[in-house]
Amino acid sequence: MSAALKSEFLDVTAIRKDFPILAQTVHGKKLVYLDSGASAQKPRMVIDAMMHCMEAQYANVHRGLHWMSERTSDAYEAVRDKTAAFLNAASREEIIFTRNATESINLIAHTYGRAILKPGDAIVISEMEHHANIVPWQMLRDSHGIELRIAKITDSGELDFTSLEEKFADGKVKLLAITHMSNVLGTYTPVERLAAFAHAHGAKILLDGSQAVVHRQVDLQAIDADFYVFSGHKLYGPTGIGVLYAKRELLDAMPPFLGGGDMIASVSYERSTWAKPPYRFEAGTPAIIETIGLGAAIDYVLSIGFPAIAAHERALTDHGLATLSKIEGLRILGAAQDRGGVISFTMEGAHAHDIATLLDRQGIAVRAGHHCAEPLMGRMGVTSTARATFAMYTSMEEIDALATGLLRVKQVFA
Amino acid sequence: MSETADLYQAIIMDRTKNPRHAGKPPHFNREGHGDNPMCGDRIHVYVADDGTQVHHESRGCAIMIASAELMADAVAGLTADAIAERRKAFEAMVTTGTTNPTLGDLNALSGVSEYRSRIRCATLPWSALTAALEGAK
Repeated sequence: MSAALKSEFLDVTAIRKDFPILAQTVHGKKLVYLDSGASAQKPRMVIDAMMHCMEAQYANVHRGLHWMSERTSDAYEAVRDKTAAFLNAASREEIIFTRNATESINLIAHTYGRAILKPGDAIVISEMEHHANIVPWQMLRDSHGIELRIAKITDSGELDFTSLEEKFADGKVKLLAITHMSNVLGTYTPVERLAAFAHAHGAKILLDGSQAVVHRQVDLQAIDADFYVFSGHKLYGPTGIGVLYAKRELLDAMPPFLGGGDMIASVSYERSTWAKPPYRFEAGTPAIIETIGLGAAIDYVLSIGFPAIAAHERALTDHGLATLSKIEGLRILGAAQDRGGVISFTMEGAHAHDIATLLDRQGIAVRAGHHCAEPLMGRMGVTSTARATFAMYTSMEEIDALATGLLRVKQVFA
Repeated sequence: MSETADLYQAIIMDRTKNPRHAGKPPHFNREGHGDNPMCGDRIHVYVADDGTQVHHESRGCAIMIASAELMADAVAGLTADAIAERRKAFEAMVTTGTTNPTLGDLNALSGVSEYRSRIRCATLPWSALTAALEGAK
């Protein structure tokens, strides 16, 4: 064993006790959950907050004049304040609740994309995007005559700035939509620099923060982001709740996404008028209980603190890269200087599926496949990979267990 | 490795590492394709009609390639109707885990019934073969 369970940055043992599911066994083995990048486990605090909402403080929001509805509306809106503070947004009205990051991006494509962008305008994405930041733009391209351009990445898995400059050269680009942290390579993109670059070229910037927001303090005003999206379930919160941040002046100019209750100022058969942001973009009864859960997840993460989380995960990543790179025949994808706790790898002679099944039998959960990033797989010259992702509750022992598990996989496929 | 011996039997490992029906044959009458969008696995199947001979070009896991190999063995010389029947029996076997004496070596894949997400790896070659037989010549 390479390191004690007690990290020098945070108390992993105490944190693990907050996550009931981590005490489970799988196939009779202790669960080693290394798939938090797909979806993170939930702390007791989140589970309790959602239970409390359903047991003691629940009604529809923004509608009832009764006590329960008013209290539930307060609790729901308090999460908007909390989220705005969490991201350092300039105002609470810049926070829209959606179902997940995917819906947030689709909302931007449908509203900003159709109403503000013009046929002939171009959007730039990178070669390391999740399908959620590719497909909505393809759909917009096909329906609305927008050009979609792909900025290249280097072999080490970092954005190629020369390629980015080429894509912007003709002045047609109006939006740069790019990941803040790759879900396959673990690469962090230099977001402040990218925002300054986009703005200098007359374009807006959208950041897919689904991975990054879990691991690092995000300061949207410092970054000067125009749009930022993430999902609650990767941030130790529940499924069904996501966030879209957009600068106020952009939201003011954007038409609604879905029509229905809560998003209107007035409705008649002849014509309806729209509510102001954020409500213009939240049609129908929202995910009230899940929003409360997201609020508890943000509180939980902040109670541990990003300095400790980031330092712990940095140590995990260093240990993971050092340990796995010693395994002969194992290839780790990407070698970005600024990378987080995502390690995708292939193994000579063993397909990712077989690796995942053999690890699963030892209680170790990793993801295998193309990770919703098929074009990136092609770019890196592979068809699928296995992927281990780390969270604040991941221990050094679990990384050692992964290495031991992989040596057993190697025995089977030798 | 006892916990996975039921899945990765010797015959599966052998046929994955030493396939006998892999590659595009010089003569074939029909072809069919199978994709697993979940993992990116794919297989292309070539069928020569006279006395049914099957070849495959596969990109995938050990289970998928071994299944393609054992399928090619199992359908050699059979009519389309007999192949359809065999496919039905095979799918029942990998879903339930109950071996079927008429399936011979294909029974080596019965272990996948314990691994729900892997059943599709075993059945993909049969989907591709069906596509080939149902498609135009």
